[in-house]
Amino acid sequence: MGSEMINRRSTLKSLALGAVSFLAIAAGGAFSAQAENKELKIGFVGVTSGPAAAWGTSNVRSMQTRADWLNEMGGVKIGEDTYNVTIVTFDDQKDPKRAIAGMEKMAQEGIHYVVGPNVDDGAAAVRPVAESKGIIYFPYAFPKALYTPPASNAVLGMVANYQSGPAIYKYLKENKGVKKVAFIAANESDPLSQRDSGVAAAKELGLEVVAEKDTYQNDTRDFTPVLTPIVQLKPDLLVLSGVAPANAPLLIRAARELGYEGLISAETAQDATVLQEGAGELANGFISVGGASTPEIRTPVMEEFIDRYTKKFGEYNDESNTKVYALEYIIETLKANPKAIDDVDEFKKTVDTFSAPNPYAKDSTLKYVGTTSFGQKRQLSVPMVVTEFKDGGFQTLFVGEVD
Amino acid sequence: MEQVIANGLYLGAQYALIALGLTLIFALMNVLNFAHGQMYVLGGFVTYAIYGQLKLPFVVALLCSGVTLAIFGALMEKFLFRTVIRRSKREESTMLLAAATAFFLDAVVLLLFGEKQRGVPKIISGVFVSERVILPYDRILVGVIAILMIAAFMLFMQYSKPGRAMRALAQDRVAAQLMGVKVERYSMIGFALGAMLAGVVGGLLVSITGVNSGIGGPISIKAFLMVMIGGAGVVGGAIAGGFILGMMESVGLTVLREYGDITYLVIFALLMIFLSIRPHGLMGKPWG
Repeated sequence: MGSEMINRRSTLKSLALGAVSFLAIAAGGAFSAQAENKELKIGFVGVTSGPAAAWGTSNVRSMQTRADWLNEMGGVKIGEDTYNVTIVTFDDQKDPKRAIAGMEKMAQEGIHYVVGPNVDDGAAAVRPVAESKGIIYFPYAFPKALYTPPASNAVLGMVANYQSGPAIYKYLKENKGVKKVAFIAANESDPLSQRDSGVAAAKELGLEVVAEKDTYQNDTRDFTPVLTPIVQLKPDLLVLSGVAPANAPLLIRAARELGYEGLISAETAQDATVLQEGAGELANGFISVGGASTPEIRTPVMEEFIDRYTKKFGEYNDESNTKVYALEYIIETLKANPKAIDDVDEFKKTVDTFSAPNPYAKDSTLKYVGTTSFGQKRQLSVPMVVTEFKDGGFQTLFVGEVD
Repeated sequence: MEQVIANGLYLGAQYALIALGLTLIFALMNVLNFAHGQMYVLGGFVTYAIYGQLKLPFVVALLCSGVTLAIFGALMEKFLFRTVIRRSKREESTMLLAAATAFFLDAVVLLLFGEKQRGVPKIISGVFVSERVILPYDRILVGVIAILMIAAFMLFMQYSKPGRAMRALAQDRVAAQLMGVKVERYSMIGFALGAMLAGVVGGLLVSITGVNSGIGGPISIKAFLMVMIGGAGVVGGAIAGGFILGMMESVGLTVLREYGDITYLVIFALLMIFLSIRPHGLMGKPWG
C-alpha cells in the first residue's frame, strides 16, 4: 500500500515536472521567436477626429494595414536586423498646439519618423520640435517654407495643388474649352492658400477668373446660399479649392441643383463612395486628383493592400491610394541606408540618390522629388493621377509626374 | 432676390427645428445640452443605416431615428442628469456632464459609423425651376415637413396634458410641483422629446446634407446661436432665432460675397451688439 502511494506520488511528480518543463520550453521558444525581431516604431501625428477625421484616419489605417502585413511576412530586414513595425498614433484634432504635443510624445518614445500632420498650421507648428529632436516628418500640407532650405526635416507626402492645378487647368483649357473659372474655398488656411495659388495659376494660363473671393465656413451643411451668386456668373469651370471629402458632394449637388452645367474640379483627393452617396449621378464629370492609384495603373500588391484594408476596417478609403506611400518610403529608405534608423542626417543624405521599385503602381519608381518646387528633394514621388468621377468610380483622365 | 429669400426661408425652417429641442431641454431643466448636435448626428446615422443601408422606407427610418433618440434622451435624463441635478447645486455640473456626453457620443459615432461623410438617396427627385427661383423638390418637401413639425410641436405644447405640464415646469418648477405636476416624469418626457427632435431633424436632413461623425459640435454651436438670438428657453424665440439666422446667412452670403468671408463676422458682430442691448434675447425674460 505504502509503496503504491510512493509510486503514485512519484508518477504525479514526474508528470508535473514534465508538464512544467514542456511549458517552460514552449514559453521559452515563443519568447525567443518574438525576441528575434526588433521593434521599429513609426509615428503618426494628425487629425483622426472631428470634421476632418477622414484625412488622418486614412493615414493611420493605411499604415496599420501595411505594418500588419509586413509583420505577418516576418518583419522588415534593415541592415543586419529584422524589425516588426509598430505604428504609434496621436490625434492632434487639427489643433496646432496638440500637434506640437504629439510630436513631443513621438520624441519621448524615441521615434525618428513621423507621418503627418494633415494640415498647414499643424505642419508649421511641429517644425521646431521635429528639427530639435531629430525627427523627419511627412506632412500633407503645402506651404513651401516647410520644404525649402533651410528647412530640411519635412517631406511632402503628396502632390501639392500648385503642382497639380496648372496641369489640370491646362488640360481643361485645351481639351474642354474652359475660358471662365470661378474659385470657392473654405475659410481656413489650407483651402485659402490653395485657392490663391490656383487663381494665380489660372491667370497665368490666360483664363478669366470670375470669382476668387467666395468662401464658406467649413462646417456649412447647406451650400445653396453660398453657390447661388457664383452659379449666376456662369463659369465654365468651378474649382473647389482644398475641399474636404465631406463637403465635396454637398457643393457639387448644390451647384448642379441650382442649374450649373459647367465643369467642377478639385485638387484634393476624394472618395468615390462619399461622392456617390452624397451627390449620386450629379457628381458625374467631377474632376479631381484622385488618389495615386486607379484600376488601370494598380499592381497586384496594391490590389492586395486594398483587400487587406477592407477586411481590416470594413471599408476602403480612396484617399489611402496616396496615404499608403509614406510608410513604404520610410522603410525602403531605411533599407537603403540602415544607419538612418536612428540618425536622420543619414536619411537626408540618402534621399538624394534613393530609388526603389514602386510596389503599388505599374511602371513607376519610388524616389524623392521636389527640386523644381522646393530647391531640394523633399517630396515623395507619387503618381499624379487626374481622374473623372463616373457612375460611382474614378476614371483616369491623365497621369502626370512631379519633378 | 427671390432666390435669396427662398434660400433664407428654407435654411430658417431647418435651423428652427434644430434649435427647438435644445431650447426645450433648457427651459425644463436649465441644462445647456452641449450634446444636442451629437444627438442630431446620431439621428442622421440611424436614418442612414435604415434607409440608406437596409433600404427600408424613409418614413420608417425617420421614426426609428426619433424613437432611438427619445429612448436615449430618456435614459440620459433618468440616469445621468437627474442624478447630477440631485447631488449638485452647481449649474456647471450639468454643463460638464453635457460636454462629456458630447465627447462620448462623438467617439461612439466615429467607432460605429466611421469617419466618412454619409449620404442617402434623394427622397424625391426633380427641381422646381421658375424665372426667379430654383429649388429642388426635396428641399421644398423638407422645408414643409419642418414647418409642419414646428406647428405640431407648438400645438402639442399648447394643448396636450404633457405639454401643459412641461410649460408649467418651465415657468416655475416649485409651483408646478406643488400643483401636483410629477416633476421627474415630465422632466424625462421633456428631455426625451428634445432628444427626439434632434434625432428626427438629423434623419430628415441626412437626405439633403448627409451626415458625418464630426459635425455635432458645429451644429450645437449654431443651435446655441439661434437660442441666444431668440431667448433661451422660449420655444417661439428658438423659431424666430432660426429664421433670423437663416435669413442673415442667405442675404449676407449674397450681398457681402465681394468682400470675402465676412458674413459670419458681421453676424457675430451684430449678435454682440444685440446681446449687449438685450442680453436675454428677443423673447427671453430678464429673470430667466
